[in-house]
Order: sequence, then structure tokens, then C-alpha cells
Amino acid sequence: MIRLISPPIQERPGYFGPYGGRYVPETLIPALEELEAAFREAVNDLGFLREFEDLLRTYVGRPTPLTEARRLGEAVGARIFLKREDLAHTGAHKINNALGQALLAKRLGKRRVVAETGAGQHGVATATACALLGLECVIYMGTADMARQRPNVFRMRLLGAEVRPVDAGSQTLKDAINEAIRDWVTNVRTTHYLLGSALGPHPYPLIVRTFQSVIGVEARAQMLEQFGRLPDVAVACVGGGSNAIGLFAAFLEDPVELIGVEAGGEGISSGRHATRFVDGDRGRLGVLHGTRTYVLQDPWGQILDTHSISAGLDYPAVGPEHAWLRDRKRVHYTAVTDAEALAAFQSLARLEGILPALESAHAVAEAMRLASARPGAWILVNLSGRGDKDLETVAKALGEAPFSV
Amino acid sequence: MTGIEAVRKVFHKAREARRPALIFYWPVGYPDLEASVRIVAALAQAGADLIELGLPFSDPLADGPVIQRATQRALERGVRTPDVLEAVVRLRAIGVALPLCLMTYVNPIIAWGVPRFLEEAAQAGVDGLIVPDLPLEEAEELRAAADAIGLAWAPLAAPTTPDERLARIAATATGFLYLVSVTGITGARDRLPPDGILQLRRARRAACGVPVAIGFGISRPEHVRELAFEADGLIIGSALIQHGEACGFDEEALSAFVRALREAVPGSPA
Ligand SMILES: Cc1ncc(COP(=O)(O)O)c(C=O)c1O
Repeated sequence: MIRLISPPIQERPGYFGPYGGRYVPETLIPALEELEAAFREAVNDLGFLREFEDLLRTYVGRPTPLTEARRLGEAVGARIFLKREDLAHTGAHKINNALGQALLAKRLGKRRVVAETGAGQHGVATATACALLGLECVIYMGTADMARQRPNVFRMRLLGAEVRPVDAGSQTLKDAINEAIRDWVTNVRTTHYLLGSALGPHPYPLIVRTFQSVIGVEARAQMLEQFGRLPDVAVACVGGGSNAIGLFAAFLEDPVELIGVEAGGEGISSGRHATRFVDGDRGRLGVLHGTRTYVLQDPWGQILDTHSISAGLDYPAVGPEHAWLRDRKRVHYTAVTDAEALAAFQSLARLEGILPALESAHAVAEAMRLASARPGAWILVNLSGRGDKDLETVAKALGEAPFSV
Repeated sequence: MTGIEAVRKVFHKAREARRPALIFYWPVGYPDLEASVRIVAALAQAGADLIELGLPFSDPLADGPVIQRATQRALERGVRTPDVLEAVVRLRAIGVALPLCLMTYVNPIIAWGVPRFLEEAAQAGVDGLIVPDLPLEEAEELRAAADAIGLAWAPLAAPTTPDERLARIAATATGFLYLVSVTGITGARDRLPPDGILQLRRARRAACGVPVAIGFGISRPEHVRELAFEADGLIIGSALIQHGEACGFDEEALSAFVRALREAVPGSPA
């Protein structure tokens, strides 16, 4: 039977320490309560877990492998292990949560699903889950993201989803979430909002964490089985924080150092980045999209535009549990710039024959940096997705002639 | 008189006159700071009973396209919390006496600091607060602090809110209960929701005497006529903004819009 990490007991329900909560219009409260009840029931229901496991195994291709990156490890003087979420069906970890929540939607009797997407990976995963389970699917995507992740827009449409462009604000993930929530407020009686990261109002951070914890459970067992010990350090990139919390959840009680990597963009001092934790001036306690957490904002509480070469990390808030793990110093958060991520992307391609998603390349870059500081360390990296969707962006960044897909 | 008292008085007077209080929403800074002050003063002059002043927020997830666009414009012009409070000071200075409630999202309040925000708002002449992303469970801290300083609290309820919860929400109101007419976001609608009157009756039963004002979608004199005997207050937002946009923000035309809605209240002299 599938093992997932149970949701942590919360002293104040819905809160991780002072973070989290349910800051949404009153219209949505009954739906969130209903969703929480269905979720708590489902994770204790063997029938549900068996169905989820069966899909993960026979459809997603789980367990995903754990690969030692030997040549990269040699080059930087450490041992680096990659949890290969890039090999999951649809090319990223997002499918784990999308399938779990789509099953929940069916349980709730909701036939329509809305979701946001940044990089397009969550949109593709949601469209896929909806195709598989016969649900109507609408995906909101910022027009800036649609331009830089074109192949994924086409994939979603092929999968039968309607992709609705969002032209408001910064035209990225944040604005897509606004629009998805507005749709949900309007159609809440028939619609499930399939939120793609470990953020948003309670119970989403718990739901996403639980479904993604399959990553950490597998990786931990694979480390022990294939290499006979746990890593010294585990590293993951942090957009909203779902692949990171999915990995970390299984290691919280172990003597394993945990590192989350935010998008440093063009550097902290440039102001063009998406580091909620590392930029102490702009990243302050606030509320965005229903949760109390660290948010990049101006002194008057207006949310700032963010920048990252990777659409999936280009978001001004961070999952509430990460804020709490940081306060308790259980996880350390760092930032990697666009240029560093791009260099790591190329290294992994040339040394290991793997094109990582630009999001995941941030984690690889941090692992490489860590290796030089701590020679010989055993470093586990969550390779959250594959880079096919980013080829156009990378080509442009490397000065190659643009091409069309 | 505290803000709570001022807001109560509005509903008390309306009840005595057997008509609903007419509440209008306008975003501060739209189309610019100067013009918004003039427009609000004109609305007051034309017979509004209470004004909801919008303090713009970058991510207004309860708002439809009209209010989104208007508040975005204000933000692009650099309008921030201090400008909004300054606008209130100016409105008071030119003799605008009706209750002014700030309508904003919680993040600008947290960013300014809850105690400081409330103090400065009260000092400027604000009477109450409406915060659509603070449901019952998250509102207590702000509500209690507002109460302590005399600012009215108008919590929101929706068609999806069960009766028992509606009663608990109404019990926290120190101004009025803001009933959202539809499961949806703000925006003018041609027709009121078919169950609008039932929703109102349900809310008033559960609210045990707390005034209930209904908003989201009210745009025409016939809506006012339809709801006049059912609601303690009617809230008009997007329709007013659209009207303003159509008439080039002409104060006289906006005043006429307010008067037309007032005259639609059966049996009430303008
Ligand atoms: C491959 C990949 N990794 C990481 C992320 C970031 O999301 P999260 O922090 O929720 O894992 C995304 C988001 O789109 C993604 O596509």
C-alpha cells in the first residue's frame, strides 16, 4: 500500500505556527470546509488510497528512479543523487497532486475543475488528470507565461482543456491564481479548484503536501536501499513550495540538512527576483491568495512583480509551512540567480544527459555550490521536472537563434 | 460621535423613513486623486447615505473587471494608503459629513500595521471597515481592535453561508451585515439573482435585527424598487463606476445617477 506522510497535527487548525489560515471571501468558506472533510476522509480510506496508488504506479510510472549523478558529482567533488520527477508522466512532480485532487473532486461530485498554471506543468498535469477521469477542465495562465511556455499551452489544449489567457497585472502565475479564484467564487457549487502548489487557503497546503510526500517517501527508501544511508543534505527549489515540501516531509525527523532554493532572478540587489525569504526589505509577512506568509510587497502592502527565468518560481508568496520551517530553522533557504540556474542546466545536460526544468536547475545549482563548500557531502536533489518546456527560453538566453515548436 | 454610532444612525434613520440606506462605492484615486474627492463629495450631496471608499489593492480577488481596472489605474498613479487617508481628511475638511467606510483587502492593513492603520483611519475621519478577504475565523483581531477605537465593522455573508454561520457573522457586525447577492465577484448585472429576495429574507431572519445591506450586481432603478422593502441597505459599486466612465466622470451626471436611484425608492421624496 502507498505510503504518504500524514498531515501534521496543527495546534491552531489550518495554521503552521503563525502562518496559513483561510483569508478568502466568505463565499468559499463552506467549500473549503467540505474539501477538508473529504480530504481527511479520503486519506483514511483504503479504497481511495488504493486507487491513487494504482494510478501513480500504472499511469504516472512511479516510483520514479533515484539516479546518482556520477560525472556531475566528480566534477564538483561530492556525491549527488537525483530524484527523477522529470520521468513522471507529463514531465514533473505536479502530476502527483493533480491526480490526487482530481480524485477528490470526483469524490465531492464536482464535474468541473479550474486551475492556474505558471510554467504550464501544473496546467498540463491537471488537464491530463481531467482527461483521464473525465472532468471538464479550465486552466488560467498569464499571457507572459503563455508566451514563454508555448509548447505547454498547446499540450493543454490537445488534452481537451480550455486555456484562458490572463492579461491582468504582471501576466504571470499570481494573476492566473487571482483569476482561478474568481472563477471558483462564481462557480463554487459545481467546481473544484485544483491548486497546484503548497499554498493558498487551508486545507490546500496540507492536501498538496500529503499528495506530494510520495516523492520524499520514495526517495528516502531508495537512498537506504540503493546506497545504504541517508543523504547529508536534501535540496529542492521553492516556487510555492510543493516539490520541496513533498521531499522534505519524509526527512523532517532525520538528521538530514534541508535546503530550499528560491529564484534569485537577476540578483537580490537588482530587485528583479522572486526571493520572499532572502530579500528582507521586500519579503515581509502578509496575506496573498488566502494564506498568511512571506510576500514580496511594497511598504504599503501592494504585491510586487517578480522575475525569474523559470516561470514556475516566478511568484511573490511562498507556502506557509515553509515560512514556519524557516522560523524554526529546520529548513535553510537560499537563492540561485538566472545565470547560475542556466549554467547548472547546461552542466546537467552535458555531464548526465539530462535536461532539467529551469525550476529544478535552481536546485542543481545549489547542490553544485554546496559541493564546493563541503567536499564529499552526499546531496539529494529533487529534480522536479524536465526541461523540454524551457528549450525556447534557454535558446534565447544562450543567444541561439529562436526556433518554433 | 464614533464611527460605529454614525453608521448605526444611518440605518436607524432609514428604518424610520421605511426605506433602505443607499450606499455607494468609489475607489479613491480613480480616475485620479483630485477627481475622486470631488466625485465622492458630489455623491454625498446628491443623497447617498453612506460611502464605501475603495483603498486599492493590487490583487483584488473578490472584484470583477470594472473595479479591478479602476483600482489598478489608481495604483498606477501611485495612490497608496497615505493618499487614501489624506483624501478622507480633505473630504471632511470640505464638509462631507456622511459615514465613510474603507473597503480594502487585508494585506495593506497588515503592511501598515493594524493598530497604526486603525488609528490613522479613525483620526482621518473614517467610520468603518469592509474587508472581503477576512472571513469570520480570521477577522477577530481586526474587528476587536476596530471596535476598541470606535470603527464600525461590516462583515460579509454569501448565498453559500449556512443560516447558523450567518447568525454568528451578523453577531460580529458593529455596522451592518454586507450580504453578497450572488456567488460571484463584484460587477453590475442586468438582472438581480432570482433568489435575491429569498436570500435577503433569510439573512435578515438570521441577523436578528442587525441591518442587512445587499451588494454585488445592483445597477438599476428597478433593482432598487424590487429590493426597497426587503433590504436595510443597497450597495452600488460597479454600475456607478461604469456610469462615471461613460459620462467622463462628470459630477453632475453622477449626482443624477444617485438621485435616480433615490427616487426609485417607492414613496420616498428625493
Ligand atoms: C518542474 C517544476 N519544478 C518546480 C516548480 C515550482 O513549484 P513548487 O515550488 O510548488 O514545486 C514548478 C512549477 O511550475 C515546476 O514546473
